[in-house]
Amino acid sequence: MHELPQTLVNGLTLGALYGLIAIGYTMVYGIVQLINFAHGEIFMIGGFGALTIYLWLPSGTALSLALPLMIIGGIVASVAIATAAERFAYRPLRGGPRLAPLITAIGLSIALQQAVWAFYPDAKKSRSFPQFEGKSLEIFSNLHIQRGDVFLLIAAPLCMLALGLFVSKSRAGRAMQATAQDPDTAKLMGINTDRIIVMAFAIGGAFAAVAAVAHGLKYGQVNFEMGFIAGLKAFTAAVLGGIGNIYGAMLGGVVLGIAEALAIKYIQDIPGMEQLGGGTWKDVWAFTLLIVVLLVRPQGLLGERVADRA
Amino acid sequence: MTALLEVEDLRVAYGKIEAVKGISFTVEEGRVVTLIGTNGAGKTTTLRTLSGLLQPLGGAIRFEGKPLAGVPAHKIVALGLAHSPEGRHIFPRLTIAENLQLGAFLRKDADGIAADTQKAYDLFPILGERRSQAAGTLSGGEQQMLAMGRALMSRPKLLMLDEPSMGLSPIMMQKIMQTIAELKAQGTTILLVEQNAQAALSLADQGHVMEIGKIVLSGTGSELLHDESVRKAYLGED
Repeated sequence: MHELPQTLVNGLTLGALYGLIAIGYTMVYGIVQLINFAHGEIFMIGGFGALTIYLWLPSGTALSLALPLMIIGGIVASVAIATAAERFAYRPLRGGPRLAPLITAIGLSIALQQAVWAFYPDAKKSRSFPQFEGKSLEIFSNLHIQRGDVFLLIAAPLCMLALGLFVSKSRAGRAMQATAQDPDTAKLMGINTDRIIVMAFAIGGAFAAVAAVAHGLKYGQVNFEMGFIAGLKAFTAAVLGGIGNIYGAMLGGVVLGIAEALAIKYIQDIPGMEQLGGGTWKDVWAFTLLIVVLLVRPQGLLGERVADRA
Repeated sequence: MTALLEVEDLRVAYGKIEAVKGISFTVEEGRVVTLIGTNGAGKTTTLRTLSGLLQPLGGAIRFEGKPLAGVPAHKIVALGLAHSPEGRHIFPRLTIAENLQLGAFLRKDADGIAADTQKAYDLFPILGERRSQAAGTLSGGEQQMLAMGRALMSRPKLLMLDEPSMGLSPIMMQKIMQTIAELKAQGTTILLVEQNAQAALSLADQGHVMEIGKIVLSGTGSELLHDESVRKAYLGED
């Protein structure tokens, strides 16, 4: 049990990352009932946006100074792609069969990956991302936090708090809730629902960009494929927490992250399961958790029953 | 003087099926006009077209003399046309107070909004008592009150009510109809769609009977109430 605190913190940071990306899935789904499978690539492009800014800055710029600009660059790139996807790929299909935007999303996901692969300089292999120098921070003798993760552990709660206040307190946030609950009636109130939908894509994109910067700082690299598995995990987190619920997305992320960290560490200690532990099997345990939760609570941890939506 | 709302040869279709097949009527300021008829007559389709949720196939809609065709739904309420939809459609997970605030979404006059919110609570005291409760927890009749209160929050020049008595207990129905009569006495212009012909015609200055997409009979409320064919078809008399 000596390593339990460390394992939990590892899980928490991973979960915060999943949660930030999951917000994008859950907001878009909550409003237009679309799983935006290109969201993983919107995350990936945020990473490349941040990297581009870093490379533009004079070499030797301290990372702590560059970081705010990198975040802005990542957000601009992700939000631009997310809103363009909404405007040109999804909006023309709105009101059509539900399968059409879903297939479009998968196509867009592949197209964005390949576009980065083909056109970003040297992106055919991983590009290195700046990292904070120095050793990890020692909290206790058995608990260390990587310097890159500190950013994540600050950014994720701040983003969530800001989003929670925005949705519950602001006029636009209330319009967003109204649109999610009943789009036609929202229009009758004078709400421009098209603009609300763009806003949902933009917020999701911005959060994904923050996650991408955190991901870059944590792993020291970005690549054109990084959106696939991260997106899949975040989507799992969104469903686990109850898709459509922003707090559910964060909770689902944290639960998933901690479950993964525990599985990596402890599954191999269970007699007879020595082969099933460690990093190789972590995705299996993540998706197993999803299946188990959905068997017991099909609406997810914080999800509302679908009947309430009618 | 031109009427507040003029509908001329309006046609609306869902795909190839024409639900409204060329109807014309007007609503003058201060009047209560009702559209009655059975399910599928095209009453709700007419209201949804007036508020911009559906696009007409042909014909003209003029509000205060200005054409409404092509104006998106979210801009119509700003012109002074409020729509309380069939089935109430309150926002279930927002509170009653928040629902009312959304009715005033486009207004900027905080004092006026506060005053009108209080007015809604005076009109329906139960809403005031439960203002911080989620709207989905209200009974059907209370939800209807909220839907009407919410529509009034935009200070509309024309209030459109779609089936306000649907699915309500007789007592609740009476209460809602009383409220409509009160609003009428205050001078509110109302376009009322109802299946409950008796109640609607007793209130209305003018009525139109719709059958499969057409207006088949028009008259004052009391004329229609005493019309033999209306009594047979809609008031359940032999």
